[in-house]
Amino acid sequence: MNVVQEGWVYLNDPLNWTNPGGILDRLGEHLVISGAAVGLGLLIAWPLGVWLGHSGRGGGLVVLLSDLTLAIPTIALLTILPLTFLGFGKPPIIVALAVFAMPPLLANAYTGVRQVDPETRDAARGMGLSGWQVLRRVELPLAVPYLAAGFRTAAVQVVATTALASYVNGGGLGQIIAEGFGLGISAAGGQILAGGVLVALLALLVELLLAVVERLVTPAPLRPARRRADREAVATGAA
Amino acid sequence: MSLRDLAYQDAANPWFSWDYIRTNSSTILDALGEHVTLTAEAVAVAAVVAVPLAVVAYWFRPLSGPILALSGVLYTIPSLALLAFIAPAVGPTRSTSVLIGLVLYALLLIIRNTLAGLNQVPSEAQEAATGMGYGRWSRLFRVDLPLALPGILTGLRLATVSTVALVTIGALIGKGGLGNLILGGFRNNFFKAEITTGTILCVLLALLLDLILIGTGRVLTPWTRRAR
Repeated sequence: MNVVQEGWVYLNDPLNWTNPGGILDRLGEHLVISGAAVGLGLLIAWPLGVWLGHSGRGGGLVVLLSDLTLAIPTIALLTILPLTFLGFGKPPIIVALAVFAMPPLLANAYTGVRQVDPETRDAARGMGLSGWQVLRRVELPLAVPYLAAGFRTAAVQVVATTALASYVNGGGLGQIIAEGFGLGISAAGGQILAGGVLVALLALLVELLLAVVERLVTPAPLRPARRRADREAVATGAA
Repeated sequence: MSLRDLAYQDAANPWFSWDYIRTNSSTILDALGEHVTLTAEAVAVAAVVAVPLAVVAYWFRPLSGPILALSGVLYTIPSLALLAFIAPAVGPTRSTSVLIGLVLYALLLIIRNTLAGLNQVPSEAQEAATGMGYGRWSRLFRVDLPLALPGILTGLRLATVSTVALVTIGALIGKGGLGNLILGGFRNNFFKAEITTGTILCVLLALLLDLILIGTGRVLTPWTRRAR
């Protein structure tokens, strides 16, 4: 029996799904970790990015942060954080993954607010809106497409990266792959392949789902093809 | 003295220890060597495949959509899943498994940036070249590619930095270069000095390779400096 057939057999065994530590358990862990990591990233990155964009400062900081996180290996943070005051378990893993979710969230929030037409901003100012009102009623609505795009990038990236939590026995679907490698490829080649398929499918599913959501929350006139022509009309409509 | 403070904070299991580095220098150098080799091979192979692919997408517009879409989907596949697909086929004890995954990811970054660079070549320059009697190939080598060089180099830089970080994933099958130190330290009773050494070397390597590529780029594209 070749590896592909073994993988198929593994996925077809109902016990592999429902056993403790089986596929359903791992899927649940995966979603909880990913959801919490994206949530934590959002809580920090969106207010910071929007504020930096509004005040027009910190463009360099955004670039620096994303360059730095690109260079730090994921498994370095995953192994270091459990040894700090965070302790073992899910919290250090969630924090580590949130760090990797921040750059796309931050960059898109910053760009989203920055790209608002200065004339629109001036018009809102001229109508007597305060800085806070300009942010809430003009800049934020116009930044929604960027916020949505950043959310999608971050969420897909985190779902994919959560697989690496298995390196520190953190749970999630990656655990199926890691346990397979632990058993050896001749014994568990099918399990390794099945785990890979599950992780990849989940990532693609999240990508598709969020692509639809991104389209839904982007007001029709702000969708890329027609964005420029209709910008002024939207600004007055949203304000 | 800050390093010494750091080292004595937790005498039994310090985050940083010169002692560890001295006694394990050959292991560390081996890991570093494996890391550099894997990174260099991956980026080199990816560049050799990606630049021609980008040129194909540039010449034949209908192909650029599919090429970019495929690269987007491939990029969504988690690195660990990719390793799970490749390792059973190639063999779990060979670094080739890691290398194939690294090439696939680097490929996409280079294709996208090269294509963006080629699309930015001013049409005036292209028309002038055509008017001077350049054929398709001579225009590619004398006008298009040189003018797209900044885009290609951006792709190479991104690919190199992310490859350095990604090599560590190979630690799961023992072929992760410095990742072996990071994961090994975790499994070896949470030996902090080993983890930190691997991490710091990883980040420094990424930084160093990035600087080298920036320097190469400046030498190769003197006109971008003059423009600024």
